[in-house]
Amino acid sequence: MLDTLSQPKTNVVPPVSQEQYIRAFSWMLLARTVEEKLASLWRAGKIAGGVYLGKGQEAVSAAIGILLKSGDIFGPLIRDQAGRLAFGESLIDIFRIHFGSRTGPTRGRDGNVHRGKPREGYHAMISHLGSLVSVVAGALVARRFKGDTSAIGATTIGDGGTSTGSFHEAINMAAVEKLPLVIVVVNNQYAYSTPNSRQFACNHLVDRAIGYGVEGYTMDGTDLCSCLEVVAHATERARAGHGPQMVVGSCLRLLGHAEHDDGFYMDKNLFHSPLGRDCLKVAENFLHEQEWADEALVETWKRNAKQQVEEAVAKAQREPLADPSDETWCPYATERLAQALLVR
Amino acid sequence: MSITYLEAIREAQEKALRDDPRVYIYGQDVAAFGGAFKATKNLAKEFPGRVLDAPISEDAMVGSAIGAAIEGMRPIVEMQFADFSTVAVNQIVNQAATLYWRTQVACPITIRMPSGGNPGSGPFHSQSLESLYAHFPGLVVMTPATVEDAYTMLLEAVEIDDPVIFCEHKYLYNRLKADTLPESGLPCDQARVARLGRDLTIVAYSAMVHEALAAAEQLRKEDIEVEVVDLRSVKPLDVDTVLASVARTARLLCVGESWPWGGVNSEVIASAVTHGFHLLDAPPQRINSKDTPVPFHVGLWGAHKPSTQGIVAAARRLFEW
Repeated sequence: MLDTLSQPKTNVVPPVSQEQYIRAFSWMLLARTVEEKLASLWRAGKIAGGVYLGKGQEAVSAAIGILLKSGDIFGPLIRDQAGRLAFGESLIDIFRIHFGSRTGPTRGRDGNVHRGKPREGYHAMISHLGSLVSVVAGALVARRFKGDTSAIGATTIGDGGTSTGSFHEAINMAAVEKLPLVIVVVNNQYAYSTPNSRQFACNHLVDRAIGYGVEGYTMDGTDLCSCLEVVAHATERARAGHGPQMVVGSCLRLLGHAEHDDGFYMDKNLFHSPLGRDCLKVAENFLHEQEWADEALVETWKRNAKQQVEEAVAKAQREPLADPSDETWCPYATERLAQALLVR
Repeated sequence: MSITYLEAIREAQEKALRDDPRVYIYGQDVAAFGGAFKATKNLAKEFPGRVLDAPISEDAMVGSAIGAAIEGMRPIVEMQFADFSTVAVNQIVNQAATLYWRTQVACPITIRMPSGGNPGSGPFHSQSLESLYAHFPGLVVMTPATVEDAYTMLLEAVEIDDPVIFCEHKYLYNRLKADTLPESGLPCDQARVARLGRDLTIVAYSAMVHEALAAAEQLRKEDIEVEVVDLRSVKPLDVDTVLASVARTARLLCVGESWPWGGVNSEVIASAVTHGFHLLDAPPQRINSKDTPVPFHVGLWGAHKPSTQGIVAAARRLFEW
């Protein structure tokens, strides 16, 4: 039942199709383009607060995003731009939330990665790592109550997030309830500046799966093929009623924790190791090797992505920003309580 | 026939489960066992699959309730003791309380917290945490003092669209009785004048309402007519009812079982002084539990929390001005 070997799993069914691979690659490319723009806007002082980018993690994220179906539930974390887009996030909302637009998903009340449309199954993370896992699990409990047996949920977490009590409680609870939950651990080697050696003492994070009684898999997070194969397997297992699935993808965060951090503390050797491969380049090379897309075609895709991003930014920049004078300053959803607060 | 405060809580949950298919109960030992205090007795049998035992994982209990609420459910989470809810503070104050503000998606969860002291319960089974939760925007904090309120307010907690911290007092569980349960009650954000008086307002909530009423009865013999205001909920706080009472009596004493620093009493007094300084003939006073952990020994515990005699003494001092 369990595959908790530390070696990346290969030849897992179903095989990766050209169509699926290209679709995933497109989201990776768009995410990278979005994030390069975010970085440039941040450097230009157009974005207040942090800008958290997922360079090097697009393959894992895109794989999750495209393998979830309409009606599924997704709880993305910090470095999931590709998955968010693949799951249906609109391009303009990314810029709206970073600008603090009145039209944005939180109307300026929260920023950067703290966005989603929870009622549509796209959850909005808070900063406290690990705490989203039980929320996604609870959404699946609700689906079970409502008789929806086809939906699954997926959520991601980093190597650092696995050290939280919240993560442990949630995965254990999901296992007890046998929920169709895919938990993708992206081991990008660093939690802010803390390396794996100061984060956990087990040989491999996937070894924890057996302790929770869930199925566990590893994948090469730099290789879109590996990600598509393993995440497809895990989502199928979850859909087929085999309970929570834990997938550990290994890669390297190819930049600092956020744009204010240059990652000076990172081991430079890692950048030259297999972990340090840029998944977008690996995927592009694979497209060429398979003769699924030549360089000219990829260039066209890149230009298209850039154009889409520029259009979204331009539109978002023309929209009004949040304004204290039309903020309700009321935290309550209950109409009567909100009215009572206004009167007082 | 009579019904206790604890039975009222059970009845409210039974009614909620019966009337609303979105309601389910999640907590430790709540299913076949019926809960540590039997507040969910027989409910698992009556509503198969809707009363679920949870692992000892308060964080995940609340987190999952939030996820279910997002999907349109109305979960009731039972904390075995209010004290253990501190394990779930992150989910409660950061995830649940902010959800609507951040996303415009409501978070209708009810977290039942068996609160307050009981003889021999000690530091970790006695806490009154209403002040802690009231501090965070987005939460409704209910502190029912009567059997009737325990029933109607719990039903209201399930109905309203915001996360509710339902502080039910363990000391009242089997000590309070009513003849029948009401069809409806005051809305949760309205305080209630539990006793009319002209000389002094005592503001209290939860079990302390009964200490205040007992003190009022004693003070009547000294020709001091005490008005007792039962806050019912500490968030939102019904300052209007407090001020209206102070306008009649010109003296204010606040009684709460939680710790003194930055608590409900402080908030009531701050509001009263800010908005009603001109109404007051004496500086408002407050009585809380002592600023130490709750002691185990019955004698120590009795001296730790506000008592009828302590309230009477503080009331008398208010007339020395």
